[in-house]
Amino acid sequence: MDSKNGNLVELRDVYKVYFRDRIEVPVLQGIDLEVREGEFVALMGPSGSGKSTLLNLIAGLDSPTKGEVRVAGESLGRLKPSRLAAWRARHIGFIFQLYNLIPVLTAYQNVELPLLLTKLSAKDRKKRVHFALDLVGLAGRAKHFPRQLSGGEEQRVAIARAIVADPTLLVADEPTGDLDARNAADILLLLQRLNQELQKTILMVTHDPHAAERAQKTLHLDKGVLQP
Amino acid sequence: MKYLRLILANLMRSKRRTFLTVFSIAVALFLFCTLRTVITSFEASLRASQATRLVVRHAASLVFPLPLAYKERLAQVPGVTGVTYGNWFGGFYQDPKNQFAQFAMDVPTMLDLFPETVIPPDQVQAFRSERTSCVIGRALARKYGWKIGDQIPIVGTIYPGEWRFNVRGIYEGKTPDVDENTLFFHWDFLNESLPEGRRNYVGIYWLRISSPDLAAPVSRRVDAIFENSTQPTKTETEKAFQAGFISMIGNVQLLLTIIGSAIVFAIMLVTINTMMMAARERTTEIAVLKTLGFSDGLILRLVAGEALVVSLLGGLLGCGLAALVFHETDFTGGGFFPNFRVLPATILTGLLLAAVMGILSGVGPAISAARLRIASALRKVA
Repeated sequence: MDSKNGNLVELRDVYKVYFRDRIEVPVLQGIDLEVREGEFVALMGPSGSGKSTLLNLIAGLDSPTKGEVRVAGESLGRLKPSRLAAWRARHIGFIFQLYNLIPVLTAYQNVELPLLLTKLSAKDRKKRVHFALDLVGLAGRAKHFPRQLSGGEEQRVAIARAIVADPTLLVADEPTGDLDARNAADILLLLQRLNQELQKTILMVTHDPHAAERAQKTLHLDKGVLQP
Repeated sequence: MKYLRLILANLMRSKRRTFLTVFSIAVALFLFCTLRTVITSFEASLRASQATRLVVRHAASLVFPLPLAYKERLAQVPGVTGVTYGNWFGGFYQDPKNQFAQFAMDVPTMLDLFPETVIPPDQVQAFRSERTSCVIGRALARKYGWKIGDQIPIVGTIYPGEWRFNVRGIYEGKTPDVDENTLFFHWDFLNESLPEGRRNYVGIYWLRISSPDLAAPVSRRVDAIFENSTQPTKTETEKAFQAGFISMIGNVQLLLTIIGSAIVFAIMLVTINTMMMAARERTTEIAVLKTLGFSDGLILRLVAGEALVVSLLGGLLGCGLAALVFHETDFTGGGFFPNFRVLPATILTGLLLAAVMGILSGVGPAISAARLRIASALRKVA
């Protein structure tokens, strides 16, 4: 966390430009953003507005064309790829729209993946995996493979994987986009609990205004510009 | 070690593909071990050759015999301390498929000139005293289940008819290189059974010399003696004779090396293709692992590790199978490869080759996976 002002995420004049067939496509244009520790922020906007790109920059999955991205006290542009990977392992828990579980691993093994990068013993890893699965209500499904789970259950496993290493920031890219209304409501409730009970800072991209209502703050992005 | 489970889980993703890749590598390594063993068995024959033994044959070809009368003249050449002789019999047991070497030998002198074949004294005595007796190698006895007292019917091809030999001895080699797949019987028995016109001819003479240094002068002297006769000779060391015998079928070593390399190279290309396909199919998963914090180096090691595990499994299977099959069947290639044993060095070379195949086939996909840009890979799916 940035100790000076209590902001966990700070973006200053961030630009991102893609090239498609040598044609310049500006995606983000001069983004300034601050997210405080413990906040639950929803990021809304139409398709192609740059929401996922912004999320990727904050999660250290991509680098800006211009500007500074500072998360958890670290300016990400200055980190080498190997240190950036270690930084992601320590600070970021990522929840995807399509869950992205590894199909050949059980729920337990999927949740354990981030812990393989730590120095924890097998016994400690086991303890933490069971705690995470218990937290998302899937303690009894540890040995199931993704194909044996429903969409809602898969997303719960993905959330357990995102929180198991106790990251500083949870980023969720349309976490309910592929779920029915009931499962979507359950997932949103779970994210809300993580924010309120475990004080997790959450940044969530969503199309759904009902989902955004769960957040404490909603930001709107349009054509690469944050709306006031 | 904690990542091994991840590697194995990925290999089990498509069991059929993994099995076929392992199997194709196993076949390549099986063939490699087989071809390599052909070479090592030739080399073993050369190693078993004695430096103090010369071989005398007809100058034109092995096919033409030499008169028995040469024996006395050969024995008188300075430096020669012993002479024996014999004929290649060229028969088979029951079925033409059951080929092994048979030699009609002058028994009293043979035992003196071939000290590397060890026969118990009582068996030597029994062999010497019975005209229709034979001694067989230990490996040959094991292969056909023959024991002392058995009668072996051999169908002659050079010397037609069915010949019956009583087993009176089983010999062992003093060293592992010594051939234990040959049947020796009495030259006199063969000679007396032949029609008058074919009698008293010898295929090969073996000379023992007092020192290896005398090989060249004695060879020259022997050939000079018979130079102007109707049956001139060619004398050479036993090693040169064996090497020449092998070279009759061309540059075997080069040929087999080329074939073996081509097989391994072809299978390596197949494996590279398979590993690239496997890695490409998992682009999203690799991007997800990187999102979780797996570094480029770790991803590289995981993907390369998969290729290495597949190749080593194939190598173990192929090399192990070759060792087992040729050991259990006592394969001799119709008597042409009496020492056909897959050596530990061949297995080790095979496994090293498998490891190299694994590294080479894994390095491309592993580098591609390590270089994968997370955002681009995830965008393609979304």
